[in-house]
Amino acid sequence: MIEIKKISKSFNGRKIVSDISFSFETGKTNIIIGESGSGKTTLIRSMVGLSEPDSGEVLFDGRSFYELNFTGKKEIRKDIGMLFQGAALFDSQTVEQNVMFPLSMLTNMSESERKDRANFCLQRVNLDNVNKLYPSELSGGMKKRVAIARAISVQPKYLFCDEPNSGLDPKTSIVIDNLIQEITEEYNITTIVITHDMNSVIEMADKILFIYKGENWWEGSNLDILKTENKEVCDFVYATKFMKNLKSKLQ
Amino acid sequence: MNIFYHLGRYFLLMKRAFGKPEKMAIFRDRIFEEIYNLGIGSLGIVAIISIFIGAVITIQSAFSFENPLIPLYSVGVAVRDSMILEFSPAIVSLILAGKIGSSIASEIGTMKVSEQVDALEIMGINSAGYLILPKIVAAVLFNPILIIFSMFLGILGGYIFGVLTGVVSDYEYVFGITYQFKPYNVTYALIKAAVFAFIMASVPAYHGYYTRGGALEVGRSSTKGVVYSAILILTFDLILTQMLLA
Repeated sequence: MIEIKKISKSFNGRKIVSDISFSFETGKTNIIIGESGSGKTTLIRSMVGLSEPDSGEVLFDGRSFYELNFTGKKEIRKDIGMLFQGAALFDSQTVEQNVMFPLSMLTNMSESERKDRANFCLQRVNLDNVNKLYPSELSGGMKKRVAIARAISVQPKYLFCDEPNSGLDPKTSIVIDNLIQEITEEYNITTIVITHDMNSVIEMADKILFIYKGENWWEGSNLDILKTENKEVCDFVYATKFMKNLKSKLQ
Repeated sequence: MNIFYHLGRYFLLMKRAFGKPEKMAIFRDRIFEEIYNLGIGSLGIVAIISIFIGAVITIQSAFSFENPLIPLYSVGVAVRDSMILEFSPAIVSLILAGKIGSSIASEIGTMKVSEQVDALEIMGINSAGYLILPKIVAAVLFNPILIIFSMFLGILGGYIFGVLTGVVSDYEYVFGITYQFKPYNVTYALIKAAVFAFIMASVPAYHGYYTRGGALEVGRSSTKGVVYSAILILTFDLILTQMLLA
């Protein structure tokens, strides 16, 4: 479980995230939504320690991240897997080397054990015969799947996904969403996903945090979000014609 | 005040970069990889430039020493001292700062803007140590070798072109390059080479590491890395020459 308490972050005097508190549950897909520029990525970066918040606390299963020393933070980071918006695969390494990389750096596994684990993770994300390819030779969806394989290779307790569907076609988006959901349940991971994609929100969200102008504006489940009367949430959820039609049909 | 901000941030980055590597075996492999990329990959350009500069110094010296009172073996002395004292350690380092510096800044800058550096940090890996330290170690180890290679080829280039064009005889040139040779000059050149190598690897790495934005900023970081390392190399050339020769 990850808890955030009164997280605030400003850049050049401009408040991006303001006093956000929330609990992200274990074994659930927790989704953060909000308009572009509402502070979602800043919040997630503050949670994983890529950008220290001005105030507030981040607790990983009760351990306060920013109160830990360098070694303590490093131990927590070993339990974190992250899927970046652009996949962030290492260009100079093959797919197999990318997936093996955290194992080489953080574990004492032998070469054959690392290879076996990498192959297992690649098969888990339904990728075959790509081990020797470089990231530049992969499609967007394949890159995301390799990034998921790399993230789960060290069996993380916490998985952060920053817009996993951005730039993907709807069919591949569903594959990635399903994969994230399956992995979350299978390995009992605390998963946090940032997305703009309402399909993903409705399909996979167990718990939703809606951020508006840097604040915790609304929270609930995927069923609650379809029923809420909150104006800002409705503006976001029913922004497309398709969703508006769906709403009128539901009503 | 801006200069103090950058100096402080540079030293903090170097402190992080010189932290204990996560895995010694991987660190060793990374050093060899960087020696190959930064060092071996620069042999060609160093060889070509050194041979031609050696040849040009020979012809220019012969042209300047037309006075019959100046012995022709002075051409050999001039080529040897120019190559050992200044050309090989300083000018070759400046050229390498352009080649290696832009490569380091753009590589790390691209990794930064494409979130690859963040990916390393998330894994609990010291990204500065993993990316920067092997490059610095490789440059400091290999640059002196490149400089010795440059000295040798420069003097050889001077010999070949001097004798072929007839501006100096075989005997006079060889006598000149051995006349009153001071081995300390080579030590001085190697000290400079090591210091310049540290600058040419660490300064562009600093600019690459703090790149923000996209492709345009990566290009800017690369340019800044090369320009600042060139200025620092020239500044330290003066300081080290004053300290070691005066």
